[in-house]
Amino acid sequence: MAELLIKNGIVFDPINGVKGEKMDICIKDGKIVESVSSEAKVIDASGCIVMPGGVDAHTHIAGGKVNAGRLLRPEDGRKGLEPRTSVCRACSGYSVPNTFATGYRYAKMGYTFLMEPAMPPLKARHMHEELMDTPIVDKAGMPLLDNNWMTLQYVKSGDIEKLAAYIAWMINATKGYGVKIVNPGGTEAWGWRKNCGLEDPVPYFDVTPAEIIKALAEANERLSLPHSIHLHANRLGQPGNYETTLKTYDLVKDIKPSRDRQVMHATHVQFHSYGGTKWADFESKADEIAKYVNRHEHITIDLGAVMLGDTTTMTADGPMEYNLYLLTGRKWTNCDVELETGAGITPFLYSGKVPVNTIQWAIGIELALLVEDPWKVVLTTDHPNGGPFITYPILISLLMSRKRREEVMKEVHSVINQRAVLPTIERELDWYEIAIMTRGTPAKILGLHEHGKGHLGIGADADVAIYEISPEETDAGRIQKALLSAKYTIKGGEVVVKDGEVVAAPEGRTFYVDVRYEDEEVWKEMLGDLERMFKEYYTVSLANYPVQDHYVPKPYVIKAGAAE
Amino acid sequence: MPTITDVVCPLCGCLCDNISVEVEDNAVKKVSGACAVGRAKLLGHESRIRSPMIKEGGEFRECSYEEAIRRAAEILAAARRPLLYGWSSTVCEAHKVGILLAEVLGGVIDNTASVCHGPTVQAVQGVGLPTCTLGEVKNRADLIIYWGANPVEAHGNHMRRYSYISKGWFRPGGKKDRKLVVVDVRETRTAKMADLFIKVEPNKDYLVLAALRAIVNGFADVIPDEVGGVPKEKLVELAEMMKKAQFGIIFFGMGLTQSRYKHNNIEQAISLVRDLYAFTKFAIMPMRGHYNVTGFNQVCTWQTGFPFAVDFARGYAWYNPGETAANDVLSRKECDAALIVASDPAAHFPAESVKYLAKIPLVVIDPYPNLTTEIADVVIPSAISGIEAEGTAYRMDKVPLRLKKLVDSEFMTDEEILERILDEVLKIKGLR
Repeated sequence: MAELLIKNGIVFDPINGVKGEKMDICIKDGKIVESVSSEAKVIDASGCIVMPGGVDAHTHIAGGKVNAGRLLRPEDGRKGLEPRTSVCRACSGYSVPNTFATGYRYAKMGYTFLMEPAMPPLKARHMHEELMDTPIVDKAGMPLLDNNWMTLQYVKSGDIEKLAAYIAWMINATKGYGVKIVNPGGTEAWGWRKNCGLEDPVPYFDVTPAEIIKALAEANERLSLPHSIHLHANRLGQPGNYETTLKTYDLVKDIKPSRDRQVMHATHVQFHSYGGTKWADFESKADEIAKYVNRHEHITIDLGAVMLGDTTTMTADGPMEYNLYLLTGRKWTNCDVELETGAGITPFLYSGKVPVNTIQWAIGIELALLVEDPWKVVLTTDHPNGGPFITYPILISLLMSRKRREEVMKEVHSVINQRAVLPTIERELDWYEIAIMTRGTPAKILGLHEHGKGHLGIGADADVAIYEISPEETDAGRIQKALLSAKYTIKGGEVVVKDGEVVAAPEGRTFYVDVRYEDEEVWKEMLGDLERMFKEYYTVSLANYPVQDHYVPKPYVIKAGAAE
Repeated sequence: MPTITDVVCPLCGCLCDNISVEVEDNAVKKVSGACAVGRAKLLGHESRIRSPMIKEGGEFRECSYEEAIRRAAEILAAARRPLLYGWSSTVCEAHKVGILLAEVLGGVIDNTASVCHGPTVQAVQGVGLPTCTLGEVKNRADLIIYWGANPVEAHGNHMRRYSYISKGWFRPGGKKDRKLVVVDVRETRTAKMADLFIKVEPNKDYLVLAALRAIVNGFADVIPDEVGGVPKEKLVELAEMMKKAQFGIIFFGMGLTQSRYKHNNIEQAISLVRDLYAFTKFAIMPMRGHYNVTGFNQVCTWQTGFPFAVDFARGYAWYNPGETAANDVLSRKECDAALIVASDPAAHFPAESVKYLAKIPLVVIDPYPNLTTEIADVVIPSAISGIEAEGTAYRMDKVPLRLKKLVDSEFMTDEEILERILDEVLKIKGLR
């Protein structure tokens, strides 16, 4: 493969401590190398910022739920129509783009790795089929493992070993990446149109969400997985939920991490940082959440920031989506998945004229600014829940420019002055901090930095983003423009975007974890339980359940547990 | 005889995956676990197209795959507005090539949903779909309603594997723990099993659904003594059963989608289910017919953004059923060539559409002879997916399963044939 030399760029590579230094980046055979020959093709990056390819740790891009969102919203499909080109397939969609558009648009923003965070295990094949059709970027998916009847039974019996064995089996069967938790217990309760708070017993199973979370965290560390548990907490979106959120974080503070990372990654925390007792006195508690995160080392977060505008909300948290539908009266899809999980989808308009939406918008930004250490924060909108990923440049411009925030705050509902913290915050993030939140932190949290992602050290994957903007630039509009259309995106050593246009669309790889559980006795007993579940209660056979190799034609396998 | 277990049946939207087959001399000799229709397909007694064929002077002559593929590509590449239709009895891997081919050709691609559950899709796009996977029904449902659907004859194992007769976690007694309601225009074999059968006058389903919604929402007083041929007491009884159920499900079929008011019927049925959420847990699911009609809608949605009836004339995907579905472009005599894959529109489309289809250059890819192959200009036989070729299919509840290859075949797979046609088309257009 050809050599590349990126000359004279201002490099931000937080994992290697490179903080806006003018330096050259050498690429050979898809990797970052020390030096290249004189044959290398030169990319002149003078006057440009150079970063590792972006890593999105939480973005709903593929699978049954996302596709149900596309099917539900042909009107969204029409928003993003782009004709076929000599390089690209036809594109559609804004908040629910087709798979091709997802790959191209992320690449244009300089992103090269995406984590689909909510794979229903029974439909794992579907997610992989869509990932296969998502070009350019590398990607992975996390199976939902918290409302599964096997999990609930092992939590009830307190059998962490069998739970760990079951998790290992499921991650392998789904070719998944880690342990995803969504409204633990609540999604199972939704099978009966009910929901669960953190300490409420799950109907018929006699365990609480708090017990589920603790047990899964312990099992996750027992297996020493690259990522920690990835948690969507109970009571998402409800006024006053911040107390539940803080209690949830505290559950796992005494569990020792098996690797140099957090014990719990709390996702889309904006949706979990609400004060008040009802919509009328709804207020931001981002300061309380940030205070906790600042004082504890066992937890990391991603924002789930809200960007004003129309989007499609989708989550495995079925009861939450139903409640949202009751608020709006718009169309609503729900799909419960046997023995495992569920899904809900409804369109939503975040309006700056609405007090609650205005405060939600503020909270996402507040969290990024109030958590002192950017190594604990990943920049996300929980695409498409807080807003489509294509709005990331807007979000970044808001974090970097107080002037831009003040302009928006003048336009939105005045409630922002009473029930949000944002007007009092002066902090403006710099490019280094943005690079941490979009590259360094997500890669480290997911354990991907050990596999060449999120940095530009020697041996790393040659995934590079080059933005045509000066590090001194403070104008929000220019920041936004530069980030939306990378000057260059390089993926695995190949130039895939040039001057904001996709010039090559190679297939990306799918990352998955191969984890072994070593105690054969326990493994056999777990398999016996599993076989009974399939024989009696699943509607597919055990033999047909695991994802076949056909669905991961370009794999990258990370070994964990006894397989490591 | 070697036995292959956990075979996925490539017949209907049930995709039963508990089938065992015994294979000898490269033929399926014995099938267990399948319904009668599924067994017949797996045993493969139907006649096959023996060779690729090209029609000349009104007569078919046998030819090589190469010649048939080249001729097919010439027809499609020369067309200004080709129609690519069918897809529901083949695997997703073939769908993907078909959609790319439609994109390259700037053609219209549509599947059999447009004459089947297309109205369901349109209703879902209006109001959404509270649904579940079939195992939710098996494990939880205590009220099962079939509306305009007759699974005893059309989906042979549906009740035994997934619904009324199956046993589940919270329903260990099977049908003893459940109630069965059937709503139909005639007393079908399914209806004979029901605890409550409601006979609706033809084309009056919309009225009955609207009346049920009114009763469920507390407006029984405005309902007349009889609606659509159903006495009010029966409707009140059904409404009460629905509200009191712990987990209810409506399975609906073509009796609802293809009778008068089409998608409006489905919108009412879905809205009824949404209304019931004020009281209890409920779900609704279309009874999809062909084994992978669901799969085409899934692939088409993630690849183009839209589930069927996609027009690539503008270079991007344009979706507007009524304008861009197969019968729309046929009845307007707009398309000037057609590729039909794994379906038989000549047997199912309106006469005017079929007449026009017979006039334009027509390429058919199918394992079996049918009415459409009769009127074709190029016929390309293919291996039977799920018997002679593997690949992906989506069950009616959108659970994907991998179909197995049970025996070898002398025929190319749909996917291979389509790839070869695509390759030729790209060459003709100077794109490769």
